[in-house]
Amino acid sequence: MSERTIGGVILDLRNISLSFGGVKALTDISFDVREGEVRAIIGPNGAGKSSMLNVINGVYRPQQGQIAFHGKTRHDMDTHEAAAQGIARTFQNIALFKGMSVLDNIMTGRNLKIKTNFLQQAIWWGPARREEIEQRRKVEEVIDFLEIQHIRKTPVGRLPYGLQKRVELARALAAEPKILLLDEPMAGMNVEEKQDMCRFILDVNEQFGTTVVLIEHDMGVVMDLSDRVVVLDYGRKIADGLPDEVRGNPEVISAYLGQAH
Amino acid sequence: MNEGAREGVRDEAALANTFPQLLLHHAAVRGARPAIREKDMGIWQSWTWAQVAAEVRSLACGLAAQGLKRGEHIAVIGENRPRLYWTLTAAQCLGAIPVPLYQDAVAAEMVYVFKDANITCAVVEDQEQVDKVLEVAESVPGIARICYDDGRGLRNYAREGLTSFDELQRIGREYDAAHPDFFMQQVATVKPEDTAAMFYTSGTTGHPKGVVHTQGALIDRSRAACVLEGLTDREEVLAYLPPAWIGQNIFSYAQAYVAGFCVNCPESPETVAGDMREIGPTYYFAPPRVLEALLTTITIRMEDASRPKRAWYKYFMNVATRVGGRLLDGDSVGVGGRLLCALGDFSVYAPLRNALGMSRIKVAYTAGEAIGPDLFRFYRSIGINLKQLYGSTETAVFVCIQPDGQVRADTVGPPVPGVQIKIADSGELLIKSPGLLKEYYKNPEATAEVLDSEGWYRTGDAGYLDRDGHLKIIDRAKDVGKMADGTLFAPKYLENKLKFFPFIKEAVAFGDARDKVGTFINIDMEAVSNWAEKQNIPYAGYLDLTSRAEVYALIRDCIEKANADLATDPKLANSQISRFVILHKELDADDGELTRTRKVRRGFIGDKYGVLVDALYNGCASQFIETRVKFEDGREGMISADLKIMDARVFPAMRAAA
Repeated sequence: MSERTIGGVILDLRNISLSFGGVKALTDISFDVREGEVRAIIGPNGAGKSSMLNVINGVYRPQQGQIAFHGKTRHDMDTHEAAAQGIARTFQNIALFKGMSVLDNIMTGRNLKIKTNFLQQAIWWGPARREEIEQRRKVEEVIDFLEIQHIRKTPVGRLPYGLQKRVELARALAAEPKILLLDEPMAGMNVEEKQDMCRFILDVNEQFGTTVVLIEHDMGVVMDLSDRVVVLDYGRKIADGLPDEVRGNPEVISAYLGQAH
Repeated sequence: MNEGAREGVRDEAALANTFPQLLLHHAAVRGARPAIREKDMGIWQSWTWAQVAAEVRSLACGLAAQGLKRGEHIAVIGENRPRLYWTLTAAQCLGAIPVPLYQDAVAAEMVYVFKDANITCAVVEDQEQVDKVLEVAESVPGIARICYDDGRGLRNYAREGLTSFDELQRIGREYDAAHPDFFMQQVATVKPEDTAAMFYTSGTTGHPKGVVHTQGALIDRSRAACVLEGLTDREEVLAYLPPAWIGQNIFSYAQAYVAGFCVNCPESPETVAGDMREIGPTYYFAPPRVLEALLTTITIRMEDASRPKRAWYKYFMNVATRVGGRLLDGDSVGVGGRLLCALGDFSVYAPLRNALGMSRIKVAYTAGEAIGPDLFRFYRSIGINLKQLYGSTETAVFVCIQPDGQVRADTVGPPVPGVQIKIADSGELLIKSPGLLKEYYKNPEATAEVLDSEGWYRTGDAGYLDRDGHLKIIDRAKDVGKMADGTLFAPKYLENKLKFFPFIKEAVAFGDARDKVGTFINIDMEAVSNWAEKQNIPYAGYLDLTSRAEVYALIRDCIEKANADLATDPKLANSQISRFVILHKELDADDGELTRTRKVRRGFIGDKYGVLVDALYNGCASQFIETRVKFEDGREGMISADLKIMDARVFPAMRAAA
């Protein structure tokens, strides 16, 4: 039924190692992400999942390894560069501007698309004005897509947690990313909010063809949503493959359930 | 100004008596005026009457090209959306019959309607509704065509007969180009006697019934109410209730087509409050529960305000209660009162109306259930012309409306012009009106049950006309009994009267075939415990609180107030409450004492607490009772208590004192 097409490799990570002083966060990890797929990164607490995302969008610089995005190989990414190339993300702990309205928060996601300069915008004249109207239209599309019309003008700090998560997704979407990195999008949500979030992630993936890389603890969610899963444990990759393959992998089971010694 | 408006409506009355004709009339006379608006992507988009006529035309041609025939039923499912409203007219242009369905019904509930009305075609809002219709189609063969408004998520649905609204209109425009005379010919064949729409009643017992209304019936009632209220083409309404409910159809479709005013569709159900502020409707309907919810939000927000603001608000709300309602009724008010009220209006009432989105309201109605007098008075006292009306699906809503200046909390007003009212010997209210249903669809027995050969419709409600010719509804006819002396006993009316007191949560009235009325009372734990704390009354728990003498005195005061009120009503003066007992446990659906919708099961309670009922009538001062209760975790236990039974003062019937 689905028309989704999964293309070639869009993001390729080779032999990534990252350490903080003596602590090895990631050790020699390689995996790839194909265009249009939903790729999950799972693993127990402290496995290095968030570090992995931070490497992908340039928050951390790995000591070793290469990242190839759209075929361009380099040692590391710069956060700004990553965003400009179409990598957007949400955070494990919500990182929104609490005092600003939902609308303004999402508008910040359009920042990189704005071409007029500070002075033009301050005068609010000619191209700056036209541009803002255009940006606002795009933002409204995202608002409509995520069904958050009713909180458009509400300050983010007043919203319940589940909705804040949705606003964060909206801000990431407003950047019209090629790859969307989601760090535990479902953490702390109730069942209904989780279902909604799943639906939105799938809709984003199907409708816009956005590639999604997500970290998640809820195994049911991961198995339902993702096309391929990579499993980390103590900074090493212990499995990579289809959800069913990964689920049956004895190493994964022991990492998650612990092993009798 | 009103004269001109009435002139306008009358002028159109001569011209058009079907919805298609009305549409063409408005397109010609006020083609550039807005007909419908929808907030989309944060911006209000509007369509003029001329644009709507063009949209409807292409849609009707599209439906015809796809094979929709005269007399066929077409399901319309979704929130209030302009395109779904156009679908109603488009179907009516072809002589087909739109059947709006509740958008939140699940597929299983829709199956019966699809089967009953032989529906082969559905126009729906979005993916959610498409999914439901597809699910229905699994068990009901013959659903051939589904058209959707919002295509989100539907890109990958490959099913024959599934078309988008745009596609359907494109087909329609081609068809129109090939058959240029088709549309007008179709419109010309539609007669006022033709069925305009079918509304399914919720059907609390048995299957839902399809109420068939003719074009003439809906238009006649809408016009009568428009003339009565002087509604013009300048009105704005907000369409926010389910379109499958006849009231929504009347207020936002039929009346808009009669008067030519503008209907506004909110962005989503969650944004209604904000959209209402932006639109500022001039004509508004809200069931009591919506008004109550609004008042609760105001109260909560006021409690968060600073102390001087709260004091200011409280002072002027008291002024409003004393003066505001009387000003609205056109009674004479002293200069001091007027000045205070003007100050209150400037500083409190006007900002409050503005916050509610009610600044521009000319007429607001409430109906559906009994409205608490305090709630009703609140809205009237801040200057909103809130009125009650009486009607049902079968009567095309308008049976009685309170005219301006004659608004009271306990009646629903005199009959609307065209309506005749008769009270049967049983106390049941009978109605004859041009707006009555034609029949229940494919259900002659049910039709015969409510419509007699002379055209009187049995409402199932018991009521009577008071001295001023206002209708007073007291209860469902089947619940009304007679006291031993033959006067009326309306238990639900009494119970509702008591429940309007904040301290009383539930009441059960007994008195059928007896000489006096006695009641069981459930106190409202929250309200009474708050009160008890303020009075420094110690108590150990629910049971202890209910047996306190102070609480008995409090409840007695409430009952005596209700009695004083009943005494002014010659028909009900005999059913004043003479004795009561406060129950030791809350009535609970788990124990079978309430229905799941929290209505008291009077018969069951009467049997279960038989000793207490006897005690109400044998004059003893207290009664021991032991009751089995079910706890929330499923365990059972016994509660026993020695309950006091107290007398309440009854008043001699007053004649025309008020």
